[in-house]
Amino acid sequence: MVDYAHHVTAVAGGPGLMSFITIFVLAAFVGYEVVSKVPSILHTPLMSGSNAIHGIILVGTMLVLGQAHGAAQLTLGFLAVVLATLNVVGGFVVTDRMLHMFKPRSETKPAKEEPPAAGDGPAS
Amino acid sequence: MSRATATDLVYLIAIVGFILALIGLSSPKHARLGNLAGAAGMLLAVAWTFSLPAVYGQTKNLILIIVAVVIGTVIGVPAARMVKMTAMPQMVAIFNGVGGGAAALVSVTEFISLPGKQIAIYKICEILFGVLVGAVSFAGSAVAFAKLQELMTGRPITYPGQQPINAGVGLAIVAVLLATILTANTALLVVVLVLSLALGVIFVLPIGGADVPVLISLLNSFTGLAVAASGFTLNSNLLIVAGTLVGASGILLTRMMSHAMGRSIGNILFSAFGSVITATGADGGPDGRSVRTGTAEDIGVLLAYARKVAIVPGYGLAVAQAQHVARELADLLTARGVEVYYAIHPVAGRMPGHMNVLLAEANVPYEQLVEMDDANPEMATTDVALVVGANDTVNPAAKNTPGSPIYGMPIINVDQATNIVFLKRSMRPGFAGIDNELLYDPKTTMLFGDAKDTLTALVAAVRSV
Repeated sequence: MVDYAHHVTAVAGGPGLMSFITIFVLAAFVGYEVVSKVPSILHTPLMSGSNAIHGIILVGTMLVLGQAHGAAQLTLGFLAVVLATLNVVGGFVVTDRMLHMFKPRSETKPAKEEPPAAGDGPAS
Repeated sequence: MSRATATDLVYLIAIVGFILALIGLSSPKHARLGNLAGAAGMLLAVAWTFSLPAVYGQTKNLILIIVAVVIGTVIGVPAARMVKMTAMPQMVAIFNGVGGGAAALVSVTEFISLPGKQIAIYKICEILFGVLVGAVSFAGSAVAFAKLQELMTGRPITYPGQQPINAGVGLAIVAVLLATILTANTALLVVVLVLSLALGVIFVLPIGGADVPVLISLLNSFTGLAVAASGFTLNSNLLIVAGTLVGASGILLTRMMSHAMGRSIGNILFSAFGSVITATGADGGPDGRSVRTGTAEDIGVLLAYARKVAIVPGYGLAVAQAQHVARELADLLTARGVEVYYAIHPVAGRMPGHMNVLLAEANVPYEQLVEMDDANPEMATTDVALVVGANDTVNPAAKNTPGSPIYGMPIINVDQATNIVFLKRSMRPGFAGIDNELLYDPKTTMLFGDAKDTLTALVAAVRSV
């Protein structure tokens, strides 16, 4: 029997269910801990940034489509890769655009040069 | 080093990149660097995945993967680059929704490809969780997008029997889930998928436009959990950790956001907030009272001779794209020796921090942006509070009127300033649909019009003083 999961198990090194649950619980605490210090002015970029991170599903969709057989699996897998790619590139680009606007300016020199008009930069 | 170990190592580096991305967001200084670390981790993980036999083994499938990635990139990059800053919230909603959709599709495809009989129960449970949560996130994000993009009304949509219907759909899903676990039947999985999509829609319909950002944060967290479920299905540490990071941080972020609005998550999700518009007008108050309107010249003089001016921006400033003119006015006043600061409510705009992004776009010095908790003590010594396109975030009803839907929400206390100037398009109430008694206050002056036009007029007026 060619169980698809075996391919990936081989790839992932094959720890058991219990170690996955351990990793899950620890990751939950890490996730909770690291964002507890984020100031409210950065909440929107944080939402967008974490949105980009769950785009990692792209790796999962690639593995699934790589092993897909038959029209149904191929179609669903293809659609999944397109959607996941949208998630990744859109997430990171939008976050970068937001954070671009938070770039620090020096307090010592008040007459700072205007930044290059990237996209919809300052009008004047 | 074996290939499997190398893969684990590469994925571990990617995970570190993601954690650095979240840590970087603790301060504006390192945020961008952190995001680049996250993007680098993502690129590394995806590039390495192409080197796995499971991906490149079958040429036809590999070509499909490459074509799909190219299509996603060609659509996604321009869309993300060209979207206006004011439209950011709905863009985040869309990119979140497609992620949830992808996670649901991974689970569905896995289910189809597994042989029917010998699947362990926990495997089916993981798959079903991925389908359910991913599909709810996908459909919910789509409705949230429609609300923010104003393709449909931003008001809460309620109908008779809403709660029983929602509960019925919920119970139906539980029943079908149980049946699927017992039978591992593909047709039943399709029913789960359809019902989950329906649940996503009816879950979001009664949530008002002002609360949608909190909802997006919650759905973001859901997508993270769906990705983690896919990680369990595919035995992938990478997906489990990345998905869980987002799931946990998203839930905390949702709590912080609803806290900033002075409400509980449950209240936001289930109370159809904003549908009770008529409740506050009932005490007969505002209708008979008159409103004082001023000319741009009057207000220009008021501003030019003030010692301290607070600019309180709201969504009206954002839609009018008036952040650049606002900065021009602030610069002009600063040059005259007036102390100017921006008092930013945490939920000004349509998302927490949205206003900071917009003002940063207009190169407003970071030090002039004062958050609500620091701005409120300053209000008593402020000569003029210039409220630009904001309403609910300064409405004293949040403090004084226990029956009001926004009662308990922290506000910027512009009522303590010596003078208040409202730049507003009309007397229409704000997003929450509640009248604001401050508009009728004797120390309030109104200047009606589009925020950009009125601010431009004020700039001219201050110049000619």
